[in-house]
Amino acid sequence: MIYFNKVSKVYPDNSVALDNVTFSIAPKEFVSIVGHSGAGKTTLLRMMLLEERPSTGEVSFESINLNDLRGEHIPQFRRRIGVIFQDFRLLSTKTAFENVAFAMEAAGVPDDIIQTDVPEVLELVGLEKKIWSFPHQLSGGEKQRVAIARAIINQPEIIIADEPTGNLDPVNTYEIIQILKKINDLGTTVVMTTHNKGIIDTLGKRVITLETGRLIRDDKEGKYIL
Amino acid sequence: MIWLDVKRVAKAGFVNFWRNGVVSIASVFVATVTLYTVGILLLSSAFLQASISEIKNKVDINVYFEKDAPIDQIEGLTNRLRSLPEVKDVEYVSREQALVVFKERNKDNALIIQSLNELPDNPLGAVLNIRAKEPSQYEGIATFLNQQKEKAVSASGASIIDSVNYQKNKIVIDRLTAIVSAVERLGFMASLILGLMAILVTFNTIRLAIYNSREEITVMKLVGASRSYIRGPFVIEGLMYGVSAAILATFALYPTTFWIRNTTTSFFGSFNLLTYYLSNLGQIFLVLLGTGVVLGMVSSFFAIRKYLK
Repeated sequence: MIYFNKVSKVYPDNSVALDNVTFSIAPKEFVSIVGHSGAGKTTLLRMMLLEERPSTGEVSFESINLNDLRGEHIPQFRRRIGVIFQDFRLLSTKTAFENVAFAMEAAGVPDDIIQTDVPEVLELVGLEKKIWSFPHQLSGGEKQRVAIARAIINQPEIIIADEPTGNLDPVNTYEIIQILKKINDLGTTVVMTTHNKGIIDTLGKRVITLETGRLIRDDKEGKYIL
Repeated sequence: MIWLDVKRVAKAGFVNFWRNGVVSIASVFVATVTLYTVGILLLSSAFLQASISEIKNKVDINVYFEKDAPIDQIEGLTNRLRSLPEVKDVEYVSREQALVVFKERNKDNALIIQSLNELPDNPLGAVLNIRAKEPSQYEGIATFLNQQKEKAVSASGASIIDSVNYQKNKIVIDRLTAIVSAVERLGFMASLILGLMAILVTFNTIRLAIYNSREEITVMKLVGASRSYIRGPFVIEGLMYGVSAAILATFALYPTTFWIRNTTTSFFGSFNLLTYYLSNLGQIFLVLLGTGVVLGMVSSFFAIRKYLK
């Protein structure tokens, strides 16, 4: 469903973030992208979110060439993707409920559906008791659960997670990965970047390895090899 | 769909305004200072206008007639003067009235009163007091009067006009004309600069407030919110800054006018700033409200543009 075709990204200062990268991701896959800092992992994800556009080559989502998307089509496209970040990025003036509801409100979902769906999803990630807490009242693991709830609330076709466990302790890391696996088992594609060898080795899923912008390995049931 | 978005944007704006606490207070405070400045400018310009028209009213030129000037000729001249576009009004003071006024003015001067009483006849002629609409127009009226002086002759062949005191008043009038136009120009420039400064400060404060939210704006974009949906609540917050500041600034003007009311009243007599403020309260509030709302909303609208690209 996602195709990277000979994608390169060169920044104005001539630093190369991606160098002729080609791969595709099938529906329902769980793909981990590994590589040292600066290898181009985040650039890759940012291109799927249209935060960044390739210098050459093209990125497609199903039959849509992302290079062609402009204006109002960009937010509409982003509603088909759920995003999770290392630093959670919750809206600080909104409660857990409101953070999750925001994604639905922005998509124009009616209020009655929001009222029933949001508590359900927060329960799914184990936060039924923290529905009315603000982000500053939550622990790191709890914040990431809110972020995951926000990412999945609109039933996206794909979840993009940029080092989702980077700021978490081992127990929370394990639990977050379990949630992502469950989401994947229910049929959502997951693309995740990580530095965590333990996660990769226990997942036993596809691993794409980047080095200085080039794709150097793509293993069906990969290990963390760097 | 659109109605739903409007409702959500409005609600988010109000909630954010409330929850942003310190940032909202700071922005409202700065906007209040701005609107207070605007209010002071409004009041000063009213005060200035009142003072200027007061001064203008104090200036006139006077035509002194000969004692034997026939009344119908004086009336003819009065009517011709009234038909001039520059003339605001013409006041006729008869010989008898002139004497009464003169006696009243010099009632403490025994010598003058005594001399008057010894005279067989009223020594004063009738007088016309002429006021122009603008101080600069006296020159034209004086020229007109000089022409009339040649024409308006009595049966005996002498002019009925004894003298016109324009030359004597000319220096005062000229100086006044210069002062009035300088004060008006200065007032306009001062309002412009002060107003502009106040607007810039408010705009920058709102920009800082939105700069604070730049990361959240990015998140909203990534979650799939459209530009107008992200921008809306910020514009509503700007509106709230404007409304709160207008209310506060209007209140803040009360002690100010109360405090300086005596000074302004003693300056030129009749203008009381406090009375003016109270009787124009509604209008002043509406002007401040309009300024505040436009300032807040427009500032927010443009300040957020950078982060929506």
